[in-house]
Amino acid sequence: MSVASRIRKFPFWSWLWFILGALYFILPLYATLDFSLRMERGAIGFKAYREAFADLEFLETFGYSTLLAVMTIIVSVTLIVPTAYWIRLRLPEARRLVEFITLLPFVVPAIILVFGLIRVYSSPLEIPFTEIQIGTPLTMLNIGRFHLGTNILIVAGYVVLALPYMYRSVDTGMRTVDVRTLTEAAQSLGASWYTIIVKVILPNVRSALLSGALLTFAIVVGEVVLASFLGIPAFGPYLFLLGQHRAYEPSALTFTTFLITWAAMGIIQLVTGGQGQTAGAH
Amino acid sequence: MTESETPPRKTKGPPSAVKNWIGVAPFLLFAFFFLIFPSLQLLVGSFTTEEGKFTLVHILELFTEPYILNAYELSIQISAVTALGGGLFGFLLAYSVTAGGLPKRVRSALITFSGVASNFAGVPLAFAFVATLGRTGFVTAILKNIFHINIYDTGFNLYSFAGLSLTYMYFQFPLMVLIMAPALDGLKREWREAAENLGASSLQYWLRVALPVLMPSILGAMILLFGNSFGAYATAYALTGGTLPIITIQVGAQIRGDVLHNPNLGYAMAMGMVFIMAVSLAGYSWLQAKTERWLR
Repeated sequence: MSVASRIRKFPFWSWLWFILGALYFILPLYATLDFSLRMERGAIGFKAYREAFADLEFLETFGYSTLLAVMTIIVSVTLIVPTAYWIRLRLPEARRLVEFITLLPFVVPAIILVFGLIRVYSSPLEIPFTEIQIGTPLTMLNIGRFHLGTNILIVAGYVVLALPYMYRSVDTGMRTVDVRTLTEAAQSLGASWYTIIVKVILPNVRSALLSGALLTFAIVVGEVVLASFLGIPAFGPYLFLLGQHRAYEPSALTFTTFLITWAAMGIIQLVTGGQGQTAGAH
Repeated sequence: MTESETPPRKTKGPPSAVKNWIGVAPFLLFAFFFLIFPSLQLLVGSFTTEEGKFTLVHILELFTEPYILNAYELSIQISAVTALGGGLFGFLLAYSVTAGGLPKRVRSALITFSGVASNFAGVPLAFAFVATLGRTGFVTAILKNIFHINIYDTGFNLYSFAGLSLTYMYFQFPLMVLIMAPALDGLKREWREAAENLGASSLQYWLRVALPVLMPSILGAMILLFGNSFGAYATAYALTGGTLPIITIQVGAQIRGDVLHNPNLGYAMAMGMVFIMAVSLAGYSWLQAKTERWLR
């Protein structure tokens, strides 16, 4: 009893585990930072960062990934907000089905998803067990030099990858507002469905949307599986290739990526008051 | 998930049930075209011959073809090791910051950091570990210069099973922390007091009360960690360049260029992964439902 109570007074083991965990967290980041600052022989400096950021290909691929992330966020919000809203308002019986679908991306990892997408959309659609083919393959659909079809495919793939996080975010957000009363109030004032969703529902779930969007951003910007197999010039594949023939610049970009992830998670923590990632922690 | 759903009141005349389903049709169509149909195509592909006839040969070949069997074995081993290791370490950490008597600020720092680390994977993670434990890495150098231990002489290699496992741990144990911290919060103070009043030691309390209550949620979380590393591709590819033949790497090789010389066997190999992921997710949700009985 006395030993136990003394241990509880000074939580030695707790501190030990915590310090070990902190070391595991910090050492790789510190090592990356340290390495990235040593590009100039015998001096500490930001040369690797300057060179990495000045690379035109970096700017292009990072811009491209940012654009893909924004498109993904727009598509998932327009797809998921009305769906989650409609389920709360009119169709609770669809809840189980939709929740099941939003969990599927955990069962179908990115590498399998891209395998399936390539199988389906890189050849003309063939009706099973026949040899009738319909249309041109989506991956061949180009407008001039812009690969429209492939870009549609990758945004769709990213929407799928982000689905569990985005749906959960939006659904949690809607739980806290009285969707039904808001809708009835808006309807009695003569609002259309469009007005209700855009002007009434969206502003009320904005912090949930923001956290979903930031998580999506963090997932998409560094994503490499879909991008490399679909041949998209995104940041992930660029960083990978850079790592094959450069030493310091990839470390600089790795540390930058970490800072971006950290910023995204930090903002989520702020806007949701810590409810965002711990999902139901009280 | 016990939510009190008031039955839908009709706001605008009596809408038919079919009309209501139109509201979720865009979502369902999207999911069908970009998630369900592609997966089903792989499933159909793994049960058909190249001429399009039904067959079970590819499924049987999964268990006889050494190339595929080894890949599954290696992936399962890595996932099991990192799920157990990450699960144990993550649990101890989560315990330290919940019931372990550490200050509240330490807890929120740990939770925030876990949120970041569990999302820090892929190419950047691999590069960070090269800078840490690679041949000229930061920690490798410290061990060599200060402790005079060259870990590469002891047989350690970052680009191997052990190295990949250590790298996976970086996103595994934070995930465990995120899942277990709320569960540990659910342990009621009264249980401990009651146990102590009845003369139980701390060890007895843990073995007879706390662990049995927590067990489903610990196991469930570990299963989730298992799936989490089983499906990982980018980290392994960036770290080992495809030399460590885990299942995701082999599926990737199959997509790049039919290395099995049999596309349908490739689909079967992919479907085997989906099957394992589905079993682990089902196990997780089953155990999660069991947990909710006590930890509410």
